[in-house]
Amino acid sequence: MGQTIAEKILSAHAHKPVKAGELVIADVDVCMVQDGTGPLTVQEFKKLGKDRLANPQKTILFIDHAAPSPRKELSNSHMVLREFAKEYGAVLSDVGEGVCHQRLIESFVYPGEILVGADSHTCTSGALGAFATGMGSTDIAVAMALGKTWLKVPHTFKIFVEGDFQLGVNAKDLILYLIGLIGADGATYKALEFHGPTIKKMNMSDRFTLANMAVEAGAKAGLFETDGVTAGYMRKRGCFQNYVNITADEDAVYERVINIDVSKIEPMVSCPHTVDNTKPAAALKDVKVNQVLIGTCTNGRIEDFRIAARILHGHKIHPDVRCLITPASRDVMLKLIEEGLLSAFVEAGAAIVTAGCGACVGVHAGILGDGEVCLSTQNRNFQGRMGNTAADIYLASPATAMYSAIMGRISDPREVLYGSETLRIYPHEKYI
Amino acid sequence: MILKGKSWKFGDNISTDHIAPGRLFHLRSNLPEFAKHVLEDADPDFASNMAKGDFVVGGNNFGLGSSREHAPQIIKIAGVSAVIAKSFARIFYRNAINIGLLLIECNTDKIDSGDELEVDVKEGVIKNMTQNTVIQFSPLPDVMVKLLNEGGLIEHIKKHGDFQLV
Repeated sequence: MGQTIAEKILSAHAHKPVKAGELVIADVDVCMVQDGTGPLTVQEFKKLGKDRLANPQKTILFIDHAAPSPRKELSNSHMVLREFAKEYGAVLSDVGEGVCHQRLIESFVYPGEILVGADSHTCTSGALGAFATGMGSTDIAVAMALGKTWLKVPHTFKIFVEGDFQLGVNAKDLILYLIGLIGADGATYKALEFHGPTIKKMNMSDRFTLANMAVEAGAKAGLFETDGVTAGYMRKRGCFQNYVNITADEDAVYERVINIDVSKIEPMVSCPHTVDNTKPAAALKDVKVNQVLIGTCTNGRIEDFRIAARILHGHKIHPDVRCLITPASRDVMLKLIEEGLLSAFVEAGAAIVTAGCGACVGVHAGILGDGEVCLSTQNRNFQGRMGNTAADIYLASPATAMYSAIMGRISDPREVLYGSETLRIYPHEKYI
Repeated sequence: MILKGKSWKFGDNISTDHIAPGRLFHLRSNLPEFAKHVLEDADPDFASNMAKGDFVVGGNNFGLGSSREHAPQIIKIAGVSAVIAKSFARIFYRNAINIGLLLIECNTDKIDSGDELEVDVKEGVIKNMTQNTVIQFSPLPDVMVKLLNEGGLIEHIKKHGDFQLV
């Protein structure tokens, strides 16, 4: 019987053929923590009494959630991670280098590997054909010490995507649509495997956006086959020697198959306070916004900012809106400078924030006031997420976010791209 | 093992942000202090009014969101004896078992806030003393029972030197 991507990668790392539902002990290639979860990992690791890491070069400690640190308690936590990295020979990614998930796909993870991370959006690396999943601090402490972990092999949903996106509609709209369809717990304990002609044509940045948000449907992993696009990305990264073919078998067994025609999807928005509370952007034009955040591990790549810049062209940020630009990594920041996008955003009235997670996770650099509304390209809109339970967070694509920042209210970016007469609105229920 | 305590009822989709808010990020290095704010964004009075041994009762998808283990940690440190919900988010579930916090999955429709509960973990029975009803739940998977009995994942590894779960 054929295997899914999850079954194949977990078989290779458990050193025996495995199938969905089995419990396995699997080797781990890459372990990571960030400054929110890392200090607890260090504490638990030390309880184990081990004097070394199983794989120090592939144990990475990221300082990204409170970077630069907004208060002394967090500065002290950062010191714990820096000292641990030095003492055990682990890799440290410090303030300004960027969000863990972006740094992992830029520099640390290869197709076919298993990555476990103390951050729920670790699933981002699944777009590279790696089995990547989020766990807690204790699990990662043990994985760092032993070089392995225990896992239940997940059952898989096959998401088959076809059709061409309308102009102004992209991967973020697709994943918001999918989560709206199956629900915030619709794929709990499952893996999502993305297939179909639309996925084959999709660049890596869009694939990362889809994989990043798999956990918002409850999934353990969001997985993609590797192909020429993956190979090209690896070549650009300078690590083509680590490329391997990862594919699902033709006769792999899926728990559920979901078919989506993206030509019927319009710009989507997740409304407060759950990601699955989705509506078309066009239906929310009465919602005024106080803050727009474009960036984060979901949509803070250069491709996202190019889209935002195209929408911005010749316009100014609305005077009632604070528009925050947070590149996902230093590498993205350098590209923004190189391509002249940084000055375009600043000239239009945007504020630039150090590459990191602060605003998205409610720690600093973008905390909302009472009754305020934020439209963000991040992956979560839970109540209180941006530091205030009395505020509302909406989620959307970079195109929708930038057009809304210009208009001062939630706006459908197709208006600026097509002109309002040419909008093609489809009833939400008929997407699939 | 029989656990007795009062129910504190919460709704569906109680996220890790409700349990351990990001705005209190700086308390992650001081869990006893953080525990004084547990579930604050879902019920500001919970932490100060609950008693040791009480139960947190949720609806669907309890614990969705972040991998932050601080969420189950501060529920446990606050003295909650078990979280009872219709379903749990994956990472929260795993974290709770790893640190030795008991989770029970069952239909919680017939439990209201303030009900006195008696939970027989071994028999898989919740007696609602206030409403005079009984709810049954499935026993935990073997791997979870083993980890809980041994005091969590760290103690398991210290005892065996490796995984002895499969």
